[in-house]
Amino acid sequence: MTRDELRLILLDELGRLAPEVDLASLDEQSDLREALELDSISFLNFMTVLDMRLGVVVPEADYPMLYSLSGALDYLERHLPDRRN
Amino acid sequence: MSEFRMPSLGADMEAGTLVEWLKKPGDQVAPGDVVAVVETQKGAIEIEIFEGGIVERLIAKVGETLPVGSPLAIIAGSQPSSVAQAAHSAPEGQAERPAPPPVAAVTETAATAQRGIRASPAARKLAAEHHVDLEALTGSGPEGAIVYVDVENWLHAAARQPASPPGTSPPVRRERAAMRGAIGATMARAKREIPHYYLQHTFEFDRALDWLARTNAALGPDRRLVPGALLVKALALACRQFADFNGYWRDGHFEASRAVNVGTAISIPGGGLVAPAIMEADRLELPAVMERLRDLVNRVRVGRYRGSELTGATVTLSSLGERGVEGLWPIINPPQVAIVGAGTPVERPWIRDGRVVPAVTLMLTLAADHRVSDGHRGARFLAAIAAKLQEPERL
Repeated sequence: MTRDELRLILLDELGRLAPEVDLASLDEQSDLREALELDSISFLNFMTVLDMRLGVVVPEADYPMLYSLSGALDYLERHLPDRRN
Repeated sequence: MSEFRMPSLGADMEAGTLVEWLKKPGDQVAPGDVVAVVETQKGAIEIEIFEGGIVERLIAKVGETLPVGSPLAIIAGSQPSSVAQAAHSAPEGQAERPAPPPVAAVTETAATAQRGIRASPAARKLAAEHHVDLEALTGSGPEGAIVYVDVENWLHAAARQPASPPGTSPPVRRERAAMRGAIGATMARAKREIPHYYLQHTFEFDRALDWLARTNAALGPDRRLVPGALLVKALALACRQFADFNGYWRDGHFEASRAVNVGTAISIPGGGLVAPAIMEADRLELPAVMERLRDLVNRVRVGRYRGSELTGATVTLSSLGERGVEGLWPIINPPQVAIVGAGTPVERPWIRDGRVVPAVTLMLTLAADHRVSDGHRGARFLAAIAAKLQEPERL
């Protein structure tokens, strides 16, 4: 899976978590929790869909690496199961 | 024969607009069934009926704005028992037991309204919780019965679709200004009428957070807990011991509540605030508290709650979460008599056993009604909550 494909998936899921936010203007470096007003439960929902949709289980200790969209992309590229293409 | 009327969904609600009927003439209704959706300043609220019977006639029309107390429908007969029995056959531990004191009729029947379809009690409960229409599902159980996993699979599939959850209509757009007005009116009344007193207590929160981290390390994200779940449970347990903080001030006196229904203040993205209740939180295991909390947060995001959730809280928790500031001084939500605030945990130098050490601390605050209790009692209440958070494994 390319980074662009991954980005589309993440934006799709984030759009569902925060339907009222315009993701087109999302800065990839910004803190998603601020930009999308994600509380700890909404962020946990984000981690849950990464598990369900991509098969990546993010340990709690790694959460800070996924606070921004670019950080999440970096992390997922490293941890995505090989079976994906 | 009785009239189903526009309920009051808050101290300052004068009228509501009917946006959807979920029952039609001829339908049987049981106590606790959601029969209609009404829009108020707080969003679209699912309103429940507290008598059983048959819907004889719908009086109110979709789109009509009606004052509290206006008749909405005529209910004939009263035969809630068969439905109630079906619900009681649910396996032990699966049965839902919401029973807010001001609306005594809510029972297990709330979870089971869709009759004539083969489905297991657990599947019905899950479907009811997520507002899934069982008719939309295909069963994989005996004789095609819908079982728990069918509903679960369906929910997973639905979660991947951009549309709103099945069985619900698209969220009604909330009027932010109206909501701000409603919050302002309620809070002004609270500040005017309730003689608040305030207390604060700061304590080490490391233990709870360490326990949480260890617990969560063994769990997938879908089952992990957040600190808020610990706070809800600790507050609920403390309310059992300190009954004078749990209940309502009504008609010049305090009515303690047996049930501990913890209202949880949740901010609405884009503005506004609601505090729907987790019913009988003191009787729920932590994972169940977490599940309810998650469900409420998710529904607040799309603006869909039940009337009993908005009016049923007997005490409230206002937690700033992980990205707030150190403390807050909340205002009591009438007719309740107490509200507990939890700030954002902060790391700071702390003295433990005579040495300065780094520690994560939490500031808890209490605003309580001086007509019911005083500071000495409040201090013990607040200390009891903190003590419970020092032993998270017992929550």
